[in-house]
Amino acid sequence: MRIDLTDTTASKINKALVQGRRAIGTPAVGMVLTMVIVTDEENAYDSIKAAEEASREHPSRTLVVIKRHARSPRERTKSRLDAEVRVGSEAGTGETVVLRTYGEVSDHADSVVLPLLLPDAPVVVWWPVDAPENPAKDPLGALAQRRITDMYAVERPLEALQTRLRSYAPGDTDLAWTRLTPWRSMLAAALDQARLRIVSAAVESEADNPSAELLARWLHARLGVPVERVETGGPVVTGVRLGTEKGDIVIDRPEGPLATLTLPGQPSRTLALKVRPTSELIAEELRRLDADEMYAVALRGEGTKENPTHV
Amino acid sequence: MSRKVPETTASETKETKEAKEARTAREAAGVVDAGQSREAAEAAEAIGTGTSPAAQEEDSALIPAAEWQNPLRDPRDRRLPRIAGPSGLVIFGVTGDLSRKKLMPAVYDLANRGLLPPGFSLVGFARRDWEDQDFAQVVHDAVKEHARTPFREEVWQQLAEGMRFIPGDFDDDTAFKQLREAVEELDASRGTSGNYAFYLSVPPKFFPKVVQQLKKHGLADAPKGSWRRAVIEKPFGRDLESAQELNAIVHEVFEPDQVFRIDHYLGKETVQNILALRFANQMYEPIWNRSYVDHVQITMAEDIGIGGRAGYYDGIGAARDVIQNHLLQLMALTAMEEPAAFDAESLLTEKLKVFRAVQLPEDLGEHTVRGQYAGGWQGGERVRGYLEEEGIDPHSSTDTYAAIKLEIDNRRWAGVPFYLRTGKRLGRRVTEIAVVFERAPHSPFDSEATEELGQNAIVIRVQPDEGMTVRFGSKVPGTSMELRDVTMDFAYGESFTESSPEAYERLILDVLLGDANLFPRHQEVEESWRILDPIEEYWATHGRPAQYPSGSWGPEEADEMLARDGRSWRRP
Repeated sequence: MRIDLTDTTASKINKALVQGRRAIGTPAVGMVLTMVIVTDEENAYDSIKAAEEASREHPSRTLVVIKRHARSPRERTKSRLDAEVRVGSEAGTGETVVLRTYGEVSDHADSVVLPLLLPDAPVVVWWPVDAPENPAKDPLGALAQRRITDMYAVERPLEALQTRLRSYAPGDTDLAWTRLTPWRSMLAAALDQARLRIVSAAVESEADNPSAELLARWLHARLGVPVERVETGGPVVTGVRLGTEKGDIVIDRPEGPLATLTLPGQPSRTLALKVRPTSELIAEELRRLDADEMYAVALRGEGTKENPTHV
Repeated sequence: MSRKVPETTASETKETKEAKEARTAREAAGVVDAGQSREAAEAAEAIGTGTSPAAQEEDSALIPAAEWQNPLRDPRDRRLPRIAGPSGLVIFGVTGDLSRKKLMPAVYDLANRGLLPPGFSLVGFARRDWEDQDFAQVVHDAVKEHARTPFREEVWQQLAEGMRFIPGDFDDDTAFKQLREAVEELDASRGTSGNYAFYLSVPPKFFPKVVQQLKKHGLADAPKGSWRRAVIEKPFGRDLESAQELNAIVHEVFEPDQVFRIDHYLGKETVQNILALRFANQMYEPIWNRSYVDHVQITMAEDIGIGGRAGYYDGIGAARDVIQNHLLQLMALTAMEEPAAFDAESLLTEKLKVFRAVQLPEDLGEHTVRGQYAGGWQGGERVRGYLEEEGIDPHSSTDTYAAIKLEIDNRRWAGVPFYLRTGKRLGRRVTEIAVVFERAPHSPFDSEATEELGQNAIVIRVQPDEGMTVRFGSKVPGTSMELRDVTMDFAYGESFTESSPEAYERLILDVLLGDANLFPRHQEVEESWRILDPIEEYWATHGRPAQYPSGSWGPEEADEMLARDGRSWRRP
C-alpha cells in the first residue's frame, strides 16, 4: 500500500503510517531498527532496493531522505516536504517512507526524521553517496548508533580513507570494509591450518582500491609485518600473499567468484569468494550494531597492544 | 554529482601493462604451486604405505596447535564467523532420505554461508556401485532440490573437489580399508588434518558393526592433535536396557564426549531461545514457578501418518519415538534451573536434575493415554487408519498417540503437572510449549465482565512459524467493562527473517566445532528411558490403544485425562 503526501509534516506522515498498517491488518509488527538512507534522486532506487532486500533479514522502518535542488533562486526560498509512505508487500518486510525535501527544510532534515524513528530501537544511517566529512557530527549521523559510508562511491578513495581516519568515531563503518569479510575469514581460516609465523605480506588489487588499502592496514596491524601493495588489473582485490619460512600462503582471485587457496606443502584448492551485492553488505552491517573496533584498527593500521608492531 | 564506482564491471578489467606482468608472475608462482602439489601427492603415497598421518602433521615448522594463536583472530572482530577448523565429514548410509533431504543440503548451506573450512571434505559410504562423480551428482541434485540458500556454482565447485565415495557393505573389510586410504589421502591433499566426524545415518542395528569396523581399521583413533567424532541419530535404544547396551558399544570405540547424539529439535532457534528468554530476561523468571504457573502443556503433533516407516514404527510407537527424546528435552529446558554457565557440562547437570526429579503419577491408567488413528478425513483428504496401513499387523497395539502427565518434584515445580502429548494424523503439524498461569487471585470486576477471560499463557511455538505468543486479558473497547483474551506475538519470521538456519546446519557445524551444548548426553538418554519405561510396561499389560479419528486432536480419553484434573487441552 502506498500513500502520497504532498507538502506535509512528520506528524501527518506518522498518521499515514498507522493508517497504512491498519489497512493491511498488521497493527504491530516486530521491526528491529530504523534505517535512514541519505541519498540523491539518482541513487535512491538502488539504495531502497538494497535496503528492502536487507530488511528480509532485519525488518526495519526505512526512512529515505532525498534532498532536492530547485533550479531557480525563487524556488529555492520555498521550503517543502513531500512524502511517500509504503507499507506491506511494497516495502519488503517493514515500512518505507521516502522523504523529499526542498529548500530550507533540507538543512533541517533531522527535524523530520527524529519524530519518525521507531521507539526504543537502534538507528542506522547510510550514505550510499556524498557522505559528510564527519559522519558522527552530522545532524542526521548524530541520531544514529551506526553510520555507514562507502569509500567506493567517491572520486579519490584513498583521500576519503584519510578523512574517515581523522573523523573516526565509534559506530562508524564503511562498506569497503564490509566487502572484505569473506577475504578476512578465509585468511583467518588459512592461518588456522597453516600454523606458521608470517614474515611478509602483500595485497594485490586494482589501483586506488580502498578495500585493498584497508586489508593491507589490517594485515599490518595484526601481523606486525610490512605489507606490500601490488597493483593489478583488478577487479577489486585480486590476491593476498602471506610469506612464511615454509613458503607462501596465497589466496588468488584473478577474476570471477572462484579463488584458489595455496598453503605451503599442500596442493592449491578452490574457494568461493564472490563479490557480494549491496543488499548482502547492508544485511551484514545490520547484524551488529555496536562499534566495530576492528574497523578502527584497520583504519589506523597500527599494531594493537596484543600484537605489537615490529616495524 | 556523485560517481558511484561499481564493484565489478567488465570495462574495468582491462589489463594495464603492469597488471599483465603481475599476472605472468602469478602464473610462474602457479608452476611452483603445482610442484608443491606433486610433493604433497608423493607424501600422500608415503602415508598410504603405513606411516601414520600424524607424522606428517607434526611437521617441525608447524607451530603446535595448542600453542598457536592465530594473529588474524580477535574476539573483538565479530564479523569473522565461527568457521569450523580443518575437517571432513564421513556419512554412512549416504543414500538415505535423511542424508539427501537434510544432511547434504545443510552441508551445502554451511559452505554457501562460508562457514566450512577451505578443504572441507565429504565422504559418502553406501552399498552402491558409484564413482566419486556419481556421488557428486547425487549430492548436486539433493542440494539443488532441498538447500535453503540459492545454488551458486562457485560454492559447489569448492565443495565438489572434496567429495569421495566408498562403495561397500558394513562388514566389507576392503571397503573400510578404502575408507581409511581415502581419509589419509584427503589429509594430505586437502589438509583436513586428521579431523573427521563419522555420521551414522543408518538403522541402529548396524551401529555395532560400523563402530567395530571403524575401530578395527584404526579410523576411530585420532592422530595426536586431531579429533574423531561419532554422530548418531535417534532412536537411542527402545528402553533403558537397550540404550545402555548401545551406549556401551559406541563408547567402547569413541570417548563419551566425542559422541554427538542428534536431536534436531534442539537445533531449532526457538528451542535455544527458551534459555535466552528465561535467563537473559528479568520479567519471566520470577513467575516461572509453582506460585504462578498452573500447568505446562508440551505438544508435538504431526498431520502425516507413518508413511513408509511401517517397519521401523510398529512396535516402537509415539511415546518411544517422540516423548523419550524430543518432548522430555523440551520439558527439561522449560523446567531446569539456571545453569552455572552456558556450556555442555553445566547444561547437562541442570537437565539431569530435572529428569531425576520427575515423578510418575501413581495411577498410570488414569493419567496416561495412548491411541491409534482410525481412518477418516484429514485436511480434505481421505486417509487410512493405522491398522489398515501397509505392513502393519491388523492387531498391532502400537501407539500413534501418547499423552502423559508428569510432575517434577522440586521446590520450583512441586504440584505443577507437565502434560506431554504427541501423535500422528492430528489436526495440523505443530510443536509448542504452553506455560499456563493461574488465574488472578482476586478480580475487582464482575463475573459477567470476565466471563470470556481465560488463563494467561506464554506459548513458545517451536514449529512451524517459530516464535512466541503471550496471552492475556484486555478490555473490549466500548463503554461497558468487558474483558477478553488477546494475544501478543513475537515471530521469528518477522524479527529475524531468513537468517534463521535449519537445525541440521547448526548441529553439523557444532559437531565440527566440537560444541556439545545442543546434544543430549548418554546420561540424559538413560534418565529419560527411566521415566518412560514404567509407562510402556504398564501399557504392555493393560488394555489396548484407544482409537481416534484422523484429523482430530486425539482420543476422548485424553480429554478426560485432563478433565479429571479440572483442566483442558489447548487447541494448538
